[in-house]
Amino acid sequence: MRRALWILAVLLSHWRRHPMQFATLLIGLIAATALWSGVQALNQQARISYDRAAAAFGGTRTPMLVATNGGAFAQQLFVDLRRAGWPVSPVVEGRVQIGGRSVRLLGIEPVTMPVEASAATEIGKAGAQAFLTPPGQALIAPETLARLGLTEGATPALDDATKLPPLKLQPQLTPGVLVVDIGTAQKLLKMPDRISRLLIGSAKGPRASLGSVAGDQLRLVQPDAETDLERLTDSFHLNLTAFGLLSFFVGLFIVNSAIGLGFEQRLPMLRTLRACGVSARQLNSVLVLELVSIALVAGAIGLICGYFIAASLLPDVAASLRGLYGAQIPGQLTLKPEWWFAGLAISIVGALLAATSSLLKAVRLSLLATAQPYAWQQAQHRWLRLQGTGALLVFAAAGLALWLGDSLIAGFFVLAALLLGAALALPVILGIVLVGGERSTRRPLATWFWADSRLQLSGLSLALMALLLALAVNVGVGTMVESFSRTFTGWLDGRLASEIYLNATSEKQAVEIKTWLKTRPDVQAVLPGSRTDLQFNGAPIELLGFADHATYRDQWPLLDSTSDAWDRVRSGDGALVSEQLSLRMKLKLGDRLGVSTPTGTWPMEVVAVYADYGNPKGQIGVNIDALVKHVPDISQTRMGLRVTPAAVPALIDAIRTRFGLDGRNLADQTTVKTESLAIFNRTFAVTAALNAFTLGVAGVALLTSLLTLSNSRLPQLAPLWAIGITRRRLAGIELLKTLSVALITSLLALPLGLLVAWCLIAIVNVKAFGWRLPFHVFPLQLVQLLGVAMLASLLAALLPILKLLRMQPATLVKVFANER
Amino acid sequence: MLTVRHLAKSYRSAQEQVAVLRGVDLSVAAGESVALTGESGSGKSTLLHLIAGLDEADSGEIQLGDIVVTGLHDSARAALRRDRLGLVFQQFNLIPSLSVADNLAFQSRISGKHDTAWQHELTERLGLGALLKRYPEQLSGGQQQRVAIGRALASKPVLLLADEPTGNLDEDTADDVLKLARDLVARTGCGFLMVTHSERLAATLDRHVHLHAGLIA
Repeated sequence: MRRALWILAVLLSHWRRHPMQFATLLIGLIAATALWSGVQALNQQARISYDRAAAAFGGTRTPMLVATNGGAFAQQLFVDLRRAGWPVSPVVEGRVQIGGRSVRLLGIEPVTMPVEASAATEIGKAGAQAFLTPPGQALIAPETLARLGLTEGATPALDDATKLPPLKLQPQLTPGVLVVDIGTAQKLLKMPDRISRLLIGSAKGPRASLGSVAGDQLRLVQPDAETDLERLTDSFHLNLTAFGLLSFFVGLFIVNSAIGLGFEQRLPMLRTLRACGVSARQLNSVLVLELVSIALVAGAIGLICGYFIAASLLPDVAASLRGLYGAQIPGQLTLKPEWWFAGLAISIVGALLAATSSLLKAVRLSLLATAQPYAWQQAQHRWLRLQGTGALLVFAAAGLALWLGDSLIAGFFVLAALLLGAALALPVILGIVLVGGERSTRRPLATWFWADSRLQLSGLSLALMALLLALAVNVGVGTMVESFSRTFTGWLDGRLASEIYLNATSEKQAVEIKTWLKTRPDVQAVLPGSRTDLQFNGAPIELLGFADHATYRDQWPLLDSTSDAWDRVRSGDGALVSEQLSLRMKLKLGDRLGVSTPTGTWPMEVVAVYADYGNPKGQIGVNIDALVKHVPDISQTRMGLRVTPAAVPALIDAIRTRFGLDGRNLADQTTVKTESLAIFNRTFAVTAALNAFTLGVAGVALLTSLLTLSNSRLPQLAPLWAIGITRRRLAGIELLKTLSVALITSLLALPLGLLVAWCLIAIVNVKAFGWRLPFHVFPLQLVQLLGVAMLASLLAALLPILKLLRMQPATLVKVFANER
Repeated sequence: MLTVRHLAKSYRSAQEQVAVLRGVDLSVAAGESVALTGESGSGKSTLLHLIAGLDEADSGEIQLGDIVVTGLHDSARAALRRDRLGLVFQQFNLIPSLSVADNLAFQSRISGKHDTAWQHELTERLGLGALLKRYPEQLSGGQQQRVAIGRALASKPVLLLADEPTGNLDEDTADDVLKLARDLVARTGCGFLMVTHSERLAATLDRHVHLHAGLIA
């Protein structure tokens, strides 16, 4: 043990003498761990929220009975089933409006509620009595309380003037939900003696069959391992994970570079240790121990940084998930112990992964080989051939996955293979370019310029690979976001054709508003709209009802349609299907659908497919009159108004004054578009931040590689200085060399980035979200990114160059003095 | 103390098998200093490496005291080097990240035979007292080789093996370093086998052995 500690101390002494190299290693590991664990913290936070939402009061994690036709059912069935031995508990669910904001209202019966539905945790044992006895309580999460601008104990009125019981803060509760006693909920939701579902407890005992008690009115729904929300948000989290993984690998490039260089510099030391009697097994064990110790320290720091990264990105992620999927994520991070352990483990695994080649070299270390601190340079040709072959194989795998694969995972595989293949091919391509440069010149200094660039290539190639990957991903994601932005803006123009949008506070007010609007000469048309959530083939879908009007016929963003599409929709049997639903369910024009509604199955035929960007749910567009016929209790408070543009402000003022509506339920087209674009932009804010991080890490990789190389460059530079080339000129040449290889790398990154964009648009987006986008190239954006990459390279090159400029002649002379 | 019997070693070159040692017999007694000379490629360094357990012989036997070196596996050979041998190389092979003091103490510490008084004596006799806090790169070639000799003798080995220890030093420094090595070897009573090109230096040791074409001449 004592011996191992001595050997460890000797190994660590190298880092003490090379603090910059050690800092590089730490920075790489910290950056890799921080970015990976930051993204994992965000994903974990979201999943905790989904679980809370799913588990609270018997969500999809508890088996339940629901109406066969999808609607509410009679309370008497609950009584009958209890008498027949079924351990069921009733739940009523619906939406209410508080101050113009929609909130999910849950009515529960805590006495019969199954233990596994976590009611006791949510209500609290002491609070059960207060919850049940008048005036009762309305449990609310702190986030919802803040969003509604209310305080605990308040008894807010719903938009139809009925009052809620006093609000009781419940931190355990999922945001966006209000929980009250079932009797109160039935009153508030106007569902007397009706029940939405029955939760089934795990108590065993004799019970009559379901059919003998409820006939075919109810069906059993088994608990889902994955909730609807989890299914919907899977793609979003997969995208985040992919970015986290990319950042992690870019960080590992730094680690690999630092460990590789450190190992090569320590080769003579390792040989001396072996010569002094340290066995190969002991030396390798201590090398691993050293690496694990460093990884633990860096991992711990990385986790703290990861926490702060996650905390700073959480508001944007929460906004994206709320905007895209309606998922409620609390604004505070709650991390499980597994996260900390996983972070440390990933740091250790990453360090070992990055050190694999060095450790293998240590295992095979020949005791008698001459010490060659930069042995890899001599083996460069062999490595380049190997890398080139590897790149071709990886490209072939990407092509195969593109040809045969048909899933999001296959899409990401293509993307990963493309990036990996390009990274492997980079040194080969750079080598060819530099050889070409060398052959094209006869002037001695220029020849040296190209030859020396080639010599430096092996030491710089990992950092250049990191730059290539980071820049290509930036170009790819940037092009995808810009393409999406342009398409989305055009699409919004088609979808938001009405000049004013309003949502009445009640059905009664909606009728009054419509009547009043008919008297207004400035209103050209009133376009009522309704939407409801239903299940179709086991997945949640949205049924959207709209009026038969030229506004839709002229502007609705149809991608494909039959010639009589709008007439068929008007007649009630034609359905417009959103692009994502058509892709997910493989629906095409002419296909017959059967949608379960409270009044029975609604048969319809697919007559058109339309773009519906940003909506995770599949959507079916139908005629509003037909929708009301099949879903009679659907809310009919929404409408769009066609108005001459000049009359919009006056009409909005008039509606506001007459009906008391405000900005929450009355908006003009410009406001709605601005809000939609804001949600869109926020969705990509996280991506942009991770993009910037990745590029930053690549810059650090380049800087650290140049810094670690700068010391070993002296034997190459000193002879030139000795024959009369000034340090200033040498510094200029060194800068030019770094910028040249960075420029070649960046130029290669541009087409690669466009290929990445194509993969994202044509494969990943389609599989993840279900929508296709037209592919656009934005030359100005490419020039900007090229500029950023060159600036990052310049900054990275400056420090070693300044070091060289300020170098004392004595240091250069020492190169010759130390020659042996 | 050291007995080498019929030792053979060959290497495979690009076209053929080259026999470097073809049945070498050699012995070094305790307290005896032996110079091993020979032309380039005669197998001097190979013989030294085999004795040190840095390489494996094709056939023959090396015995150090009661230990048959040629039958040992890697870990046992490492232990032999650590506990019983001292090695000095032409390239010094100091650990660049350790100070002179730490380099001197390194082998004795990992062999568990560190003796502070002996280390102090070595430091004084090698004239390294003022250099203990320096690092190898801050020393001259002669100073570095003195540290290497000190490190090799700090663990009181039974045999000191030196491969061209003065090859990188000028004549005066070489004489100085070798005198120190001889004095210290005499002080410890260990055997000393030195590979050298210099007939002049070889003549200063107790015995002189010449290797020619893989055989002791």
